[in-house]
Amino acid sequence: MLSILDIIWVLVIGIIVLGFIAVSAMFLIWWERKVSAHIQSRYGPMRVGWHGVLQSVADAVKLLLKENIVPAGADKLVWWLAPFIVVVPSVMAFVVIPFGKNLIVKDLNVGALYLMALSSVCVIGIFMAGWGSNNKYSLIGGMRSAAQIISYEIPLILSMIIVSMQASSLSMQKIVAAQAGYWNILHPNMALAFIVYIISATAEVNRVPFDIPEAESELVAGFHTEYSGMKFAMFFIGEYTNLFIISAIAATLFFGGWQGPVLPGAVWFLIKTYGIVFVLMWVRWTFPRLRVDQLMGFAWKVLTPVSFFNLAVTGWLLLK
Amino acid sequence: MVIQDYGIVGLFLVFGIAFVGAAFVVSWMLRPRDPNPVKSSIYECGEIVKGDSRVQFNVGYYLVALLFVIFDIEVLFLVPWIVIFRELGIVSYIEMMIFIAILVVGLIYAWKKGVFEW
Repeated sequence: MLSILDIIWVLVIGIIVLGFIAVSAMFLIWWERKVSAHIQSRYGPMRVGWHGVLQSVADAVKLLLKENIVPAGADKLVWWLAPFIVVVPSVMAFVVIPFGKNLIVKDLNVGALYLMALSSVCVIGIFMAGWGSNNKYSLIGGMRSAAQIISYEIPLILSMIIVSMQASSLSMQKIVAAQAGYWNILHPNMALAFIVYIISATAEVNRVPFDIPEAESELVAGFHTEYSGMKFAMFFIGEYTNLFIISAIAATLFFGGWQGPVLPGAVWFLIKTYGIVFVLMWVRWTFPRLRVDQLMGFAWKVLTPVSFFNLAVTGWLLLK
Repeated sequence: MVIQDYGIVGLFLVFGIAFVGAAFVVSWMLRPRDPNPVKSSIYECGEIVKGDSRVQFNVGYYLVALLFVIFDIEVLFLVPWIVIFRELGIVSYIEMMIFIAILVVGLIYAWKKGVFEW
């Protein structure tokens, strides 16, 4: 059982994690705006603070003060619960993310499976948002998002499983420990798993080139068209926290997690994670959007067979 | 230990709800309230909304959902195996490959039936 002291300890950890989530999401929103601006030869936010670093804080305050507009005919309960279901799993995912040798909230022995389970919950929230809004664009966005996320879930989980095979464990710390001195990305089959993982993960967080659910030019903003104020902010925080989490998982599974010379583990972990985040931003502002038929076909006809083949080969190599 | 591990997971569930809830409560205390029918009307690029928005959908979405359920359960069977397959050796590997092959046949069947053609 949890004693009172344990609960106080977890409470402190929880406040640190929530603070980290808020700061990280706001930083990533600012960074994305800067990256996109510089890719397009603009400056991006410049007014609030040095090079606009406080822009996200200003935005958060503005959204906090905005009126809550409930769309006519909305399914109120579903509509209210949707932001919770999008954000809560991304908070819960921080339990098993290893920031350093001892910097992990709790190293669950089913860590990787736990992350796979949480990544599936998010889709329910997005679909609830689409359904609850009573808006045709939102519903189409929610449906597309659900279909896309569940299609890319299979290759995503299979590539995580391939890494777990290598480490013979689902615990995140053991997966990191198994990569001491030789990162997973250096094995050819793991590099293939990484490519499948990063494509599927991009689709999981609905980013360009897989942003069909949000497709501004055809669906306005997809599932969050009817949301305003703090609820809209929550979807935004959820999106950027998920971006951080998928990059953190990639850094842990394929790039040796917190391991690295000289610098402390947490610094290495953040360098790797934000490096992957930067690559995903770069991809977002470079490629055009796919069509919905290309998208579904790619998940089922290319990524899933490739993942199964990779699973068979990895199993064979490990047994040999 | 199991109760302690998942107690922490449960506490993080509470933290997540509190995080979103606190933001909503603060916003509820600060925000203005001035609803009117035009403001709350549904956005449809300025047109007057026609009909219910919960319309019928392409059956393709449901087929994809069914396939997902099948493969997700398959993955669930893979998870306990991958942790101990090195001890179990080659026989369990062959058994698992047969299991995967059966599902891949299903995938090829769905492919040929045109489930992925939208």
